[in-house]
Amino acid sequence: MARRMEKVPVREQDAKVRATNFEEVCLGYNEEEAVSEAERCLNCKNAKCITGCPVLIDIPAFISEVKEGNFEKAAAVIGKDSALPAVCGRVCPQESQCEGKCIMGIKGEPVSIGKLERFVADWARDNHIEPIPAKEKKDKKVAVIGSGPAGLTCAGDLAKRGYAVTIFEALHEPGGVLVYGIPDFRLPKEAVVAHEVENVKKLGVEIETNVVIGKSTTIDELITEEGFDAVFIGSGAGLPKFMGIPGEQANGVFSANEYLTRNNLMKAFLDDYDTPIQRGKKVAVVGGGNVAMDAARTALRLGAETYIVYRRSETELPARVEEVHHAKEEGIEFHLLTNPTEILVNEDGWVRGIKCVKMELGEPDESGRRRPIVIPGSEYEIEVDTVIMSLGTSPNPLISSTTEGLAVNRWQCIIADEANGATSKEGVYAGGDAVTGAATVILAMGAGKAAAAGIDEYLSCSN
Amino acid sequence: MYKILNVKELADSIFLMDVEAKRVAKACQPGQFVIVKTDEKGERIPLTICDYDREAGTITIVFQIVGASTKKMAALKVGDAFRDFIGPLGKASEFVHEDISLLKQKRLLFVAGGVGTAPVYPQVKWLHEHGVQADVIIGSKNKDLLILEKEMEAVAGNLYVTTDDGSYGRHGMVTKAIEDLLNEGNTYDQCIAIGPMIMMKFVCLLTKKLKLPTIVSMNPIMVDGTGMCGACRLSVGDEVKFACVDGPEFDGHLIDFDQAMKRQQLYKTDEGRAMLKLSEGDSHHGGCGQCGGDQ
Repeated sequence: MARRMEKVPVREQDAKVRATNFEEVCLGYNEEEAVSEAERCLNCKNAKCITGCPVLIDIPAFISEVKEGNFEKAAAVIGKDSALPAVCGRVCPQESQCEGKCIMGIKGEPVSIGKLERFVADWARDNHIEPIPAKEKKDKKVAVIGSGPAGLTCAGDLAKRGYAVTIFEALHEPGGVLVYGIPDFRLPKEAVVAHEVENVKKLGVEIETNVVIGKSTTIDELITEEGFDAVFIGSGAGLPKFMGIPGEQANGVFSANEYLTRNNLMKAFLDDYDTPIQRGKKVAVVGGGNVAMDAARTALRLGAETYIVYRRSETELPARVEEVHHAKEEGIEFHLLTNPTEILVNEDGWVRGIKCVKMELGEPDESGRRRPIVIPGSEYEIEVDTVIMSLGTSPNPLISSTTEGLAVNRWQCIIADEANGATSKEGVYAGGDAVTGAATVILAMGAGKAAAAGIDEYLSCSN
Repeated sequence: MYKILNVKELADSIFLMDVEAKRVAKACQPGQFVIVKTDEKGERIPLTICDYDREAGTITIVFQIVGASTKKMAALKVGDAFRDFIGPLGKASEFVHEDISLLKQKRLLFVAGGVGTAPVYPQVKWLHEHGVQADVIIGSKNKDLLILEKEMEAVAGNLYVTTDDGSYGRHGMVTKAIEDLLNEGNTYDQCIAIGPMIMMKFVCLLTKKLKLPTIVSMNPIMVDGTGMCGACRLSVGDEVKFACVDGPEFDGHLIDFDQAMKRQQLYKTDEGRAMLKLSEGDSHHGGCGQCGGDQ
């Protein structure tokens, strides 16, 4: 009985071994483990887990199929609502979504829904289960800007409804943050991301890379000159933020975006790729989100002694619990309640250290989190040669500044209706980080899905 | 894939290529740039646009071999293709949006240094096509490295060539040419200087003294070129700007050139190593004094 209250443990690469490679940390369930984990599901009639899922996957239904060993049917159940199950099974914050609502979690551990989803998606890939394109094609064209989670989901959903969809991607590889942002050890690029992109293509979606909307062409031109009937903007988060402290322009200070892009998109960690990356000896990553954890664990794998510097306490760390846990296991040192005040620079213009102050937590601020306050006289220095700033992003103005009549809010995020993605401009929809600011993969997918329904309704009514 | 339709070696290790890139050719304006990538494993290399043909859908690029990646590029022939060709990126030159009749009254001086002559050409050509005459100084180390002289002559008001060693045209650096032109009685309202950072720095030091407003085009290290990575950040006045989305052209009198030049050195060691690995294979282990591998 006790066992029933606990998750079937998932196999992982040993922390010492994985700290030196870019192979995936979590090895996932095998068939036997998946079936036995699925048996823990109570198959609730009024399933709370579904309400916790931004794309409303029928979780008890797919788990029931896994229980019976019907993995192909399980894949079909997930496929109805999610275009990227192998991705979501790996990077969704399940603890605050589906698994957070699981009844089993009240007295014991919730069902490992994420690991089961991942198992089903990987099984479908290994057994060559392919998505089925729409039988009836519609004569309407939709342009999707960005091939990240929002764009891929929106494009996939519209293609399933029979629309002719073209995705325009600014970078040279499709996948957005799944390719440039999240490292291989969390989300393998070839086996998982490339395969999910292929699946979207198999639905009939075309992807044109190297097109920077706002520069190569504009949304207005896509509509008037290229004959698109509707547009979805899923262009993602934008420009990296810096702290504005002295020394930030020194050599050896990077944004997490740059560091991760060099490593993940440009594959700088592989010797036979041309793009360089600074393999620091001692690296400080400033910030406490998932991106900070990704940057720190990347630096560690490149051979550096790595620190996280975060101004609040462990409870406030915005990163997923699993990522923090993995980072600690791998040997990353956390300097919590610590805030950098200056980057120390040597006479050649290179980073030699970081000056910090200790903080304590005061009253909650607007965000509801307790405000960090400087402890006077607590200054100290950490010796590092590399500093990675992971402080979030501000929206990229490339699209909003070149599209007539597209309204943005005071943070320059595109304004879109949460229910259907509609913007202030007719026929133009938006979702994901371009609307919300930096958030999660699954929320972007939820927005892409809602917008696909919104676009379908719009195009069905207009003739 | 983006097909290479024409290749010409303009001078020793300086190449010109016409590349098929329809969307870029349709949209680009003087002052903007592209990013190219030769193959799967290559770097994303930012390059200035030297010319464009909207009808033919082609872009002309000019580049100099400075590292392993540009060496790889130079090995490409007519009929080969770039895997990726992205653009146009950055903002167009300010004058593109100016009132033409007001622009015609302005006396403009372009200062082009070395390969920087390439991005100056489409600007002067655009002005010429809109009836605006601009004077141009081309600075080159010597006669053999001088590029695009004839092409520039056809579109410039007055063209002045100066070589560091005096082997052709005037003798001396571009800064000397600027001073000489002013001493000869010429007056200018606006200077646009494009070339190596060290040249732009010294032009700006001079024109600041002369109170001649000067625009420069910055070419820092970049990765994505769309604002995402922040590698190209520069101090402009008391602000931090991204060259890829806020530039590449800025008020030269506000740029912190010393910092920008230091930032340009960031990967020099790595690049030197990669270059030597390419020419010497695994046999090279530092000690040459060039690659930094022995530091």
